Amino acid sequence: MKIRVDESKCQGHSRCYIIAPELFEVDDYGYSHSRFETDIPADLEEKARLACENCPEFAIEIAD
Amino acid sequence: MTTSKLGPVNNWEDDFDILDGAYLNNPFEIWDHLRNSCPIAHSDRRGSNWLPTTYEDITKIAHDVATFSSTQVLVIPFIESQSFSYENINPEVLGYGAPPITADPPLHTWTRRLILPWFSHKKVSEYEPLTQAICKKLIDEFSKRTTIDGATEYAQQIPVRVISHILGVPEDMTDIFTTWVRDFLEFADNSENRFNSIKEIVLYLIGVIEERKILISKGQHLDDMISFLIQEQNNNPEIDDAIVLGMSILLLIAGIDTTWSAIGSALWHLGKNPNDLLMLKQQPEIMDTAIEEILRAYSPVTMARVVTKDTEFNGCPMKQGEKVLMNFPAANRDPKVFENPETVNLKRKINRHVAFGSGIHRCGGANLARMELRIAISTFIDNLPDFIVDNDDDVIWAGGQVRGPRKLPLTFIK
Repeated sequence: MKIRVDESKCQGHSRCYIIAPELFEVDDYGYSHSRFETDIPADLEEKARLACENCPEFAIEIAD
Repeated sequence: MTTSKLGPVNNWEDDFDILDGAYLNNPFEIWDHLRNSCPIAHSDRRGSNWLPTTYEDITKIAHDVATFSSTQVLVIPFIESQSFSYENINPEVLGYGAPPITADPPLHTWTRRLILPWFSHKKVSEYEPLTQAICKKLIDEFSKRTTIDGATEYAQQIPVRVISHILGVPEDMTDIFTTWVRDFLEFADNSENRFNSIKEIVLYLIGVIEERKILISKGQHLDDMISFLIQEQNNNPEIDDAIVLGMSILLLIAGIDTTWSAIGSALWHLGKNPNDLLMLKQQPEIMDTAIEEILRAYSPVTMARVVTKDTEFNGCPMKQGEKVLMNFPAANRDPKVFENPETVNLKRKINRHVAFGSGIHRCGGANLARMELRIAISTFIDNLPDFIVDNDDDVIWAGGQVRGPRKLPLTFIK
């Protein structure tokens, strides 16, 4: 599974970072970025789905 | 049940009043009714206002910043005869309002970037010990008693002290700040008091800014947020004095009754639902989802937008100059988006709430608000016996721009 934060959509709500700090990092302005360009660890897939489903801006993309 | 000064509401679709007693106490049923029957209500009370109630409509409007401007965000507008051109204050001094909240791009974009780093996770974690100490001190003062007012003796006291620290203004001003902010936002129907409150805020902050400028020019190192804005003037000529003042006004006002309301609502919920209180005590690991659920179910803030050009939105003919009340609290109760929205489930896993808004105006202080809410609740339940809301009739709710309990009698169970 790969994850990506659409920077044109992210408004810095931080919901993904609160749910999965292992997967996302936030910059000083609050915008979120994926820590992984390649496949994420399998044991974090559930957290990635939750982060995606909690984003108020629909900014997180998941590719299986 | 109280009615607002504009009389009772007989028809919520065409004549709603967000200061009506029924709406203050239980807006949830009214939103549910409107979502099914309308779903965008209209009222000519306090100017021509639209009130959307669905998640889809509200988030769509929030993202269309060209049609729905943030230059008028007050839910209860100032009356027209009032202007800022009065004694000692040059009207131009407030030429920008209080950016970024009252600004559209491009002013919004760069003023927002100035303040965001002050509310980053890293920065907010620095205020955590202070917040904890504030909560602990308040609790020590009433821990021997059997009843307290959770709204005025606890919730109200926390955010105003934290923001005073960030702005570098004395803690002994906190009661005065609270009075100003309440007069400005909560008692907005009393236009004279309201006007005086914003005047007091402006005069006070003009004084603070002048004082800081003198200290900074003498080489003193000041690390508060207002001093930061003043010092940034050297790096960016766009930051004129009116920007510094407008942004300082926002920073003082925005973080006081909003977070106070969220903390109060959380205590109200836990005092009404002993099972949830027990669960939160026994399973502190659910705190993160609990905080998001409290924010969803009891979202405090409604903002306004002003229509910039005649437009038809979801069948409603919206005219230039009319206002739309951004009913984020109702969006968060929309059954199309939230499973059993009327049920408060502190373990709710999927919760795409918009309590902090949606789009470019997402609350800049959201991380601070979350931290204060989390520390306020955990410190309270960790250090005090279980508590209940004895009598709901004694609870007083405020609403309009910001909804939350203003009187909240709690009884401890020893």
